[in-house]
Amino acid sequence: MQEALFQYLLRLGDDSLILGQRLAEWCGHGPILEEDIALTNISLDLIGQATSVLHYAGEVEGKGRDGDKLAFLRYENEYVNALLVEQPNGHFGDTLMRQFFFDAFRKPLFERLIHSKDKQLSAIAEKSLKETRYHLKHSSEWVIRLGDGTEESHEKIQASVEQLMRYTAELFYEDAVDEHLQQQGIACSLIEIKNEWDKTVKEVFHEATLKFPDNNWKFEGGRLGRHSEYMGFILSDLQYMQRAYPNMEW
Amino acid sequence: MAKEWPLWEVFIRSKQGLNHKHVGSLRAADSQMALENARDVYTRRSEGISIWVVESNSVHANDPADADAYFEPSDTKIYRHPTFYDVPDGVKHM
Amino acid sequence: MKNLSNEELEKRFQEKIDKDIKIEPNDWMPDAYRKSLIRQISQHAHSEVVGMLPEGNWITRAPNLRRKAVLLAKVQDEAGHGLYLYSACETLGANREQTIDDMHEGKAKYSSIFNYPAVTWADMGAVGWLVDGAAIMNQVALCRTSYGPYARAMVKICKEESFHQRQGYEILTTLCRGTPQQKAMAQDALNRFWWPSLMMFGPSDAESPNSEQSIRWKIKRFTNDELRQQFVDASVPQADILGLTIPDNNLKWNEERQHYDFGEINWDEFWQVLEGNGPCNKERINARKAAKENGEWVRNAALAFAEKRALRKTA
Repeated sequence: MQEALFQYLLRLGDDSLILGQRLAEWCGHGPILEEDIALTNISLDLIGQATSVLHYAGEVEGKGRDGDKLAFLRYENEYVNALLVEQPNGHFGDTLMRQFFFDAFRKPLFERLIHSKDKQLSAIAEKSLKETRYHLKHSSEWVIRLGDGTEESHEKIQASVEQLMRYTAELFYEDAVDEHLQQQGIACSLIEIKNEWDKTVKEVFHEATLKFPDNNWKFEGGRLGRHSEYMGFILSDLQYMQRAYPNMEW
Repeated sequence: MAKEWPLWEVFIRSKQGLNHKHVGSLRAADSQMALENARDVYTRRSEGISIWVVESNSVHANDPADADAYFEPSDTKIYRHPTFYDVPDGVKHM
Repeated sequence: MKNLSNEELEKRFQEKIDKDIKIEPNDWMPDAYRKSLIRQISQHAHSEVVGMLPEGNWITRAPNLRRKAVLLAKVQDEAGHGLYLYSACETLGANREQTIDDMHEGKAKYSSIFNYPAVTWADMGAVGWLVDGAAIMNQVALCRTSYGPYARAMVKICKEESFHQRQGYEILTTLCRGTPQQKAMAQDALNRFWWPSLMMFGPSDAESPNSEQSIRWKIKRFTNDELRQQFVDASVPQADILGLTIPDNNLKWNEERQHYDFGEINWDEFWQVLEGNGPCNKERINARKAAKENGEWVRNAALAFAEKRALRKTA
């Protein structure tokens, strides 16, 4: 049970960590100052989530690793985030589409995890849900603006859909880890969440005048530690200090 | 030059029971965005529980050059203030 | 009242200033006062925004989660401060995007300190401690500036900035208590940032053309040299506590003046960096230009959408 919970928390924490890291790359480069601040706010929320989830994961593991050790000192194939969150920022539309797909998954997830039998996970979900509701509002509004904005923006964000949709199926990936925890009332079924996700995406796409891609080919592997080429570069930045100057306080 | 997002004035209520207070301005394409931007720009440290945004060009102000005509006449109406009236010693609750 | 001569208006204006009555956006003000303010406030705003870049470079490489969150929050604050200041500047009739374009074209300046590279983690400490320290010294003085919106923005900024300097000093404290390698990293950062920090206060009073009028109008409340001296006096004991050495052989306490004497700033370097020849001038401007250009389609789309939505509502 502890091993399953540990893995589950890593998946949750790594999603937040890697997406938070990606969004932080925007800092100072946003399309307008107001949006720079909005993106960094979301990044801050995600880093905060990663901190509490990974810290708890360390406790569950019970081998003396804290949140920082888990965040900074694992090998690439030990990170279990979904491939979606490690995709590059691209242009603003790519970033917001990635965010929207993710938020539409996270909101129903946290809504259910609030009822988790695991008290700490439930508390984390409660705090994260408030943040995620806001993120989803922000990202879906932008998807609609860009989809139904100018011809140029429509084309650009439709291309983002084509590029990113293939990574969304993995968000609902389930294996023995999930089954085990679902039986204990700790985790929730991702199938229900998938239905809600479909509904949200359909509604927003409709308003944004966006189309679903014809090709429904999908990628997965992140949950098992198999990543894209981007991941190594993300970790080079993330882990730079800890690898270059091991065992020091900062 | 490209067209710009309009300017909005931001008003924040810091806690229940207080008035909204003007805190500054920002740019946004629409009111929804203006509200969200105001939240991110002006309430990063829990400064507010309610936000109003008003497009800056909808705010009308008096001309400061007329300030004396506007405001000085009320200076002489001292009978509007309670201290204008004498009340005998010993009268309470007034 | 409406038909007063310029001379009379200017006299009344100066009387208000002398009585410490704040000037507000729609009040009459001399053109030169307005221009001076626009120049100073927009320069200040640009500095906040360009200032995001050197530190922003380190967010993805911050050594632990706490430092990452703090740095992110701090750099984000700088964007917020930029906005407060652009907002104050717009009350003077200066269009934000126009002032930004002026900076991109080299017609408007920003603080030269951000043209120096941030190359190690210790630089995050030095920037917080010295650069924010110097900025705060300036900004505290500006909380009493004569233009209302500027003064109010400054008050808000000062309140928020107090954590910026502390987090920088905390980074250096941790390094100085760490391994010899970490302490050397801290000393190296101080060596590189000390002199550019002193330059942040601008040219010496004798070389500062706008200073005198700005003081008379109470846009500035202290001269460049006064603030620089205050900064040196405050920083020396702080360096002592860290156990770091300020890279100035002429630095010593002057009992008579009750101030530290310090060496001569390399003014050639100061003017060169100001003219665009610092180590990172091009990189900084290019990054800001790219952000604006790459965001144009986004801004246009949002505007087009807002117009469509407004039309649909009325239809």
